[in-house]
Amino acid sequence: MGDRPIGKLRKAAYERFITTGFPNAKHEEWRNTGVQALVNENFVFDSHLPGRVVNSNAAEIAGKDVYKIILVNGVFRQDLSDIPLEKGVEVLPTTDALEHKVFAAHFAQYADKSDNPFVSINTALAKDGFFIHVADGCCVRKAFHVIHISATHTSALYQSRNLIIIGKNAEAEIIESFIIEEDSDQSLSNVVSEIVLADNAKLEHYYIQIADHQGRYLNHTEVMQQKHSVYNNYNCVFPGASFVRNNIYVRLADEDVESHLYGISLTSANQLVDNHTLMDHREPHCESYEWYKNIIQEESTVIFNGKIFVREDAQKTNAFQQNNNMLMGDQATIFTKPQLEIFADDVKCSHGCTIGQFNEEALFYLRSRGISLEQARVLLVHAFAFDVTERFKDQDIKTYVNRLIEQGLKIGD
Amino acid sequence: MLSIKNLHASVENKQILKGLNLEVKAGEVHAIMGPNGSGKSTLASVLAGRDSYEVTDGEVMLDGKDLLSLAPEDRAREGIFLAFQYPVEIPGVSNINFLKTAVNEIRAHKGLPPMEAKAFLKMVKEKQQLVDFDAKLTNRSLNEGFSGGEKKRNEIFQLAMLEPRLAILDETDSGLDIDALRIVAKGVNELRSSENAFVMITHYQRLLEYIVPDYVHVLYDGRIVRSGTKDLALELEEKGYDWLKESVDAPNAI
Repeated sequence: MGDRPIGKLRKAAYERFITTGFPNAKHEEWRNTGVQALVNENFVFDSHLPGRVVNSNAAEIAGKDVYKIILVNGVFRQDLSDIPLEKGVEVLPTTDALEHKVFAAHFAQYADKSDNPFVSINTALAKDGFFIHVADGCCVRKAFHVIHISATHTSALYQSRNLIIIGKNAEAEIIESFIIEEDSDQSLSNVVSEIVLADNAKLEHYYIQIADHQGRYLNHTEVMQQKHSVYNNYNCVFPGASFVRNNIYVRLADEDVESHLYGISLTSANQLVDNHTLMDHREPHCESYEWYKNIIQEESTVIFNGKIFVREDAQKTNAFQQNNNMLMGDQATIFTKPQLEIFADDVKCSHGCTIGQFNEEALFYLRSRGISLEQARVLLVHAFAFDVTERFKDQDIKTYVNRLIEQGLKIGD
Repeated sequence: MLSIKNLHASVENKQILKGLNLEVKAGEVHAIMGPNGSGKSTLASVLAGRDSYEVTDGEVMLDGKDLLSLAPEDRAREGIFLAFQYPVEIPGVSNINFLKTAVNEIRAHKGLPPMEAKAFLKMVKEKQQLVDFDAKLTNRSLNEGFSGGEKKRNEIFQLAMLEPRLAILDETDSGLDIDALRIVAKGVNELRSSENAFVMITHYQRLLEYIVPDYVHVLYDGRIVRSGTKDLALELEEKGYDWLKESVDAPNAI
């Protein structure tokens, strides 16, 4: 990325990172998520590139016809990916996109404005990633399935930098799965994705985190929405990856924008899963809707931080947020924080949060009909997740996620 | 079929059942009446296997099997069914999926394969008609937003679907208007056979006009203190429980 404008951005980002350094527990956004131990480990930077031939089967979704985009250790693997031949659809490795004028116009224009040191270091040093460009008026026929694979023999740090541009009146669906090779050593992935939805664009965006315990992830997603655009994000985290921090920041930057963030985290063992979301209402007549459900098992910890920011100009905002938690282990922990900052006076904002356990009466009711304790628990967890899973537009993914929920449940007394 | 001997049970260390005896044979309908706090609902809960109740003495045999040693789901699979006084609302669990799971688990216990979708739906349709249950409710979440009457009817619909050996109706008549009561009673009467038995727990004689019992028992202070035919229910309706309480309490008085 030696080009001058991009080179400048990277240099500035590097300098920013040098001043801030890695966040510590005094940093409000990282209060319950210690990264010091993580960043103090010894990592080999960008080792094993471009990586060997890896198997992406673990991420496959039954019944889904997709354009596969495979990233191994942050590197776009054209040899393993599908090249869409559809008119108006471009998929490129970040390294090959630098000259692309749409790429150059948007690269590092959004995420770097948020206060996240991991974005700075990503802008400064990330070498590859993917660029998806959907031209104006184009409705992509198949979903893109981005599969992030880690595969390393030494503890390693990887970065990828991604840009998604959905043109005016265009529509797309992107599924991103995170997996790690079975015998892989530990890895830390720092992924930054910037997404721009032009006027009247629509994007369905799924995150499926199904990596094993060696995987540690820092993901920052920055969404910039223009007039009448619709962004739907479905963020699913399952047992495995020992550390997951997702920042999903949505900027409702024009009028009549609609944004939905749905989340389902099912955790176990000593996982730490932290979802930080932001709905930034900048303009009038926008609607945001957020519902996160967490099922926290064994000694795992989940953090939910839902910030709704309604700026002075954002009159007639309609913002809804709900977070429900089911604590399933004596050692399970949830930190949940709705954070509403409202500077406009004619708005409708609501938020709610619950923390509970299995409804014993419901369990007994199901058992009294001959349903085993295990099956009764599965039914009740499905029921708990239902408000979120029923919103999944993609039926194949809904089925897939419901099965992952079943598999992820630690059954037993 | 069901044999309860000297049953003692407590909840939160409070003794509720104090030596209850009851014999129920196939084809019979028994009514258990009694004043508030006499232990009627405790009996229902103990039979179904609710956790919070502790059996301190006595035995319950169902067709020669020790019921008390079984988990609630195994009791159901052996043929016990409790129609709840307050059925639970479970949003997100569809009535039909729940029933399919229950029917197939009970079948598996009997060594039968899961029901084919078509056969299952046919059965659903038949049983809906049998107990006059609104088909629209079948596809909704389990009891969610159902009226009191609809919930009770759903209990009877489940009873029809699961075909238990012994059904315990815990105050199924409470909160029902006269039309709903008739529908529920009609359903139960349709389901009566020489193979199964019913134990109805109720406060009021009214239900017994529609479901005529073979035996009526009065439960008081954790024991059955009087048994008779349906005439006993009429007598209770007329005189209340006080005359019985006096006669039972008398021997303990100084």
